[in-house]
Amino acid sequence: MEIVMAFVCGFLFMAAIYLILSRSLLRIIIGTGLLSHGAHLLILTMGGLGGESPPVLGEGVTDYADPLPQALILTAIVISFGVTAFFLVLAYRAYQELGTDDTTKMKGSEEDD
Amino acid sequence: MMQVLAIFIPIIAAILLPFLFKQVRAIHTGWFVLLVPLILLGYYLTFVKQTINGQSVVATMEWIPSLDISFTSYLDGLSILFSILITGIGSLVVLYSIFYLDQTKEQLHNFYIYLLMFMTAMLGVVQSDHVITLYLFWELTSISSFLLIGYWFNRDKSRFGALKSMMITVAGGLMMLGGFVLLSLMGGTFSIRELIVQAPSIVTHDYFVLALVLILLGAFTKSAQFPFYIWLPDAMEAPTPVSAYLHSATMVKAGIYLVARFTPIFALSEVWVWLVAGIGLLTLLWGSLFASKQTDLKGILAFSTVSQLGLIMSLLGVAAMAFHVEDAAGTIFKYAGFAAIFHLINHATFKGSLFMIAGIVDHETGTRDIRKLGGLMSLMPVSFTVALIGSFSMAGLPPFNGFLSKEMFLTGMLSVKEFDLFNFETFGVLFPILAWIASVFTFVYSFYFVFKTFTGKLQAEKLPKKPHEAPIGMLVSPVILASLVVVVFFIPNIVGDLFVKPAVAAIQPFLYDSPDEVDIAVQAWHGFKPEFWMTVGIVAAGLLLFALLPKWQKIYRVIPEWLSLNRLYDFIMNTVLDTAMERFSSLYMTESIRKYLTYMFAAIVSIVIGTLFFKDAFSLSFENVSPIALYDVTLLIVLVIGTLTTLFAKSRITAIIGLGAVGYTVALFFVIFNAPDLALTQLVIETISVALFLMAFYHLPKLGRVEERMRFQVGRALIAFGVGAMVTLLALSAHSQKLVESISGYYKETVYSLAGGGNIVNVILVDYRGFDTLFEITVLAIAGMGIYAMIKLRLSRKEKSNENK
Repeated sequence: MEIVMAFVCGFLFMAAIYLILSRSLLRIIIGTGLLSHGAHLLILTMGGLGGESPPVLGEGVTDYADPLPQALILTAIVISFGVTAFFLVLAYRAYQELGTDDTTKMKGSEEDD
Repeated sequence: MMQVLAIFIPIIAAILLPFLFKQVRAIHTGWFVLLVPLILLGYYLTFVKQTINGQSVVATMEWIPSLDISFTSYLDGLSILFSILITGIGSLVVLYSIFYLDQTKEQLHNFYIYLLMFMTAMLGVVQSDHVITLYLFWELTSISSFLLIGYWFNRDKSRFGALKSMMITVAGGLMMLGGFVLLSLMGGTFSIRELIVQAPSIVTHDYFVLALVLILLGAFTKSAQFPFYIWLPDAMEAPTPVSAYLHSATMVKAGIYLVARFTPIFALSEVWVWLVAGIGLLTLLWGSLFASKQTDLKGILAFSTVSQLGLIMSLLGVAAMAFHVEDAAGTIFKYAGFAAIFHLINHATFKGSLFMIAGIVDHETGTRDIRKLGGLMSLMPVSFTVALIGSFSMAGLPPFNGFLSKEMFLTGMLSVKEFDLFNFETFGVLFPILAWIASVFTFVYSFYFVFKTFTGKLQAEKLPKKPHEAPIGMLVSPVILASLVVVVFFIPNIVGDLFVKPAVAAIQPFLYDSPDEVDIAVQAWHGFKPEFWMTVGIVAAGLLLFALLPKWQKIYRVIPEWLSLNRLYDFIMNTVLDTAMERFSSLYMTESIRKYLTYMFAAIVSIVIGTLFFKDAFSLSFENVSPIALYDVTLLIVLVIGTLTTLFAKSRITAIIGLGAVGYTVALFFVIFNAPDLALTQLVIETISVALFLMAFYHLPKLGRVEERMRFQVGRALIAFGVGAMVTLLALSAHSQKLVESISGYYKETVYSLAGGGNIVNVILVDYRGFDTLFEITVLAIAGMGIYAMIKLRLSRKEKSNENK
C-alpha cells in the first residue's frame, strides 16, 4: 500500500504544481490546497500504514497505528487551513481592489519602483 | 609607541580642524595645517642618523591581538626616505595651497581634512610592517585621493575623474589584498620583515606566482603603470596642490614603494623581473609618446608622471636581476637599484615644482590650455626660471639632478644586455633601445611644456585674465624645490649617503649588510662612455624633433583614435557593466511570478533527482509493506478522478467541487488508516475551506468571469511532472531504507502511566508536544486577525476619497 500511496502523493503534487503555475489566483489557491493534501498523505504514508487499530487505548489491543505522524498532520492541517483562509481573503481583496484575478496583470506600477 | 602615534597625528589634527575653520576666520586655515607636516618632518629627520648606519627602528601598537594584527611602524632606509618625502613635500604643498586656495571662497576645512587624512594614510603605507594594516592604509589613500579629486564636486569632470581613479585603484587594492593573504598563508606570518627572511622557502610554493601577480596588480594600478595609467590624466581635475602632492610626488609612488619593499621576496622569480622591468619600460615609452600630444599643461605633466614612474619601475625590475648573479655587489647590475631610488627623489623635486608652476600659470592667466598660452617669460620671470629648471631636469640635462639619474638609468639599462638568464640575452638588447627612444620623447615634451608656455607670442586677447607674476607666497614652494634640483646636482653624494644608500640596502638586503657597502658614487662626469654618447644622441634627436614638432604632431590625431585605453574603460563601465548587465538581469527578472516559480521548481527537481542519481541513493524494497484492501483501491480511484476533475475543469466551480471531493476522500483515507482525529478535523476543515472558496468565487468581478478551459502548456506540464516524479522517487527510496526505529513505542507505553490519557494523538498534542499546539493556535489567531484587518482597514480608498474632497 505504501508503494501505491507514494505514487498517489506524487500525482497530487504534480496536479498541485500544474495548478500553481497557472494565471488565475483562484486556481493557484486550489493548487496549494491539493499540495497540502499531498503533503499530509505523504507524512502519513512515511510513518507506515500498518497497525490494526486507532491510537486510542483499548482492552486487549496491542497493534496501534503510529500516533506521532497523526499528531504532526493534525497540526499541519490546522496551519494550512489558516494560511489557505488568509490567502483566500487576500485573493478576494485583490479582486476588489485591482479588478483582476490574473497574476500576469499584477505587475505593480512604475511609481512603486 | 610614539613612533606609531606619529602616523596618526595628521588624522587627529584633521578632527580638530573644522572647529578652527569655523572659529578663526581671519587666518587662513592652511597656516595651522602647515605645523603638522613640519613637526613630522623634524621628527623623521631625527631617525636619519640611525638609518644611515643600516639600523632600523621598530615600534608596535596592538590592534587586534587575537588575530595577530597590529600597527607596526618599521623605519629603515626605504621607509624613512618616503616618510621624509611625504612630510617634506607635504609642507611645501600646504604652504603653496595657502596662496592657491581662497579662504573665503573655498570649503577649506574639507580640503585640509582630506589632505591630512591622506598624509596619515601615506605614512601608514610606507611604515607598516604588517601586511593587513598596510592594506588598510593603502585603501585610505585611495579614498582620500577620491575625495580630493572630487573636491570641486559640482563639476562633472571632477566626479568622473574621482570615480575612475577610485574604481581602478580599489580594484588593484583588492587584488593586492588577495596577494597579501596568500603570502601570509605561505609564510605563516603577517610581518613583511619575517616574510623576507622566509623568502627562500616561499619561492617554491605553489601559490607564489599567483601572490606575485596579485601584489603587482595592486602596485601597477596605484602607480599608474600600463594599462592602468588611464586614471591619472583624469585625476588632473583635482586642485593643483593635490595634483602636485598626490599625483606626482607621493601616492603614485606607493606602488613603487610596494615593488621596492617586496623585491627581496619576489626578485628570485623570473616572472617578477620580466613583469616589473617590461611593464615599466612599456609605460615609460607609452607615457613619453603621448605627453607631447596633450594641450593641457597638467595633462602633459600627468603623462610625464606616468612615463617617469615607468622609468623607476623598470629600474626596480632590473635591480631584481642582481639577485640572480654571483657577487652582484661587484657588477654593474647594482646601479639599477641605486638609480631607481635616486630618480625617485629627483622626480619628486622637479615634478612637484612643475605642477606648482602649472597651477601658477592657471591661477594668473585663467587657462591651462597650451594653445592659448605663450610669451609669458617677461611677465612671469620667476615662474619661467623655475619651469626651465624643472623641465631641463626632467629632460635630463646638466646641471640639474635629472641629468644624474638619467645617466644612471642608461647605465642600468645597458647592464641588461649583460644579463644572460630568462631569455634576456635575446630580448635584453631592446631595453637600452626603447629607453633611448623614450628619453628622446621625454626631452621633446619637456621642451614642449616650458617653451610653448613661456616663449613665443603673447596671446593676451585669448586669456581670461591679464597675466602677471604670482604672489611671493605662491612662489616659495616651487623655488625651494627648484633650488633642490640644482643643489642635488652639485652634492649628489651627500644625498646618496643620507638617503639613497640606506634605501638600496633595504631593497637588496642579501647583497649588502650595511649602507656603507653600497660602493656607488654619483659622478656628473664619467668619461666618454656609452651613456655619454647616448645622452648626446638624445639631445640631438630631441632638439630636431622639437623643432619639427608642428609638422609631426598631426600624427597624434590619427593614432589615438584606435589606441585609446580610455575607450576600453568606458566600454567596460558603460556597455559591459551597465547596459549588458541590465539586459542580462531583465532577461530573467521578468516580474512574472510564474517564471520565478518555474525557476525554483526546476532547481529543486534537478538538485534532488540529480543527488538521487549521482549518489546512487535510490532503492526500492517491498518489505514492511502493508497489504492493499478493496476499500483502498476504491478510494484511490475516487481521489484520482477528483484530482483530474480539478485539473481539467472547464469552469472554476467544477474545480472547487473537485477539490472538495479530494479533501473528503483524504478524510476517508484517514478513516481507513486508523486516524479518527484526523478524519474529524479534515472533514470540518474541508467543509469550511470549500465554503471559503465558493465565497471567493462568488465575489469574482465581472471582468474575470470569462470561463475558459485552462490552456495546456508543455513546459508547465513538464515541471509539474518533474515535481511529482521527484516526490514519488523520494517517498519510495525513503520508505525502502528505514535506518532507525520509530520513537512512537515510548508514547504508546507511557501514555496512561505518565500522562493519564487514553487517546495517544491528543495526549501528544497537548502534553508531550504541547508547544506545537500553542503556536499552531497562534498561527490561527494571526490568520484571523489578518483577515479581519484586511477586510476592515481600507486606507488607500480613504486617502483617495480625501484627495477628491
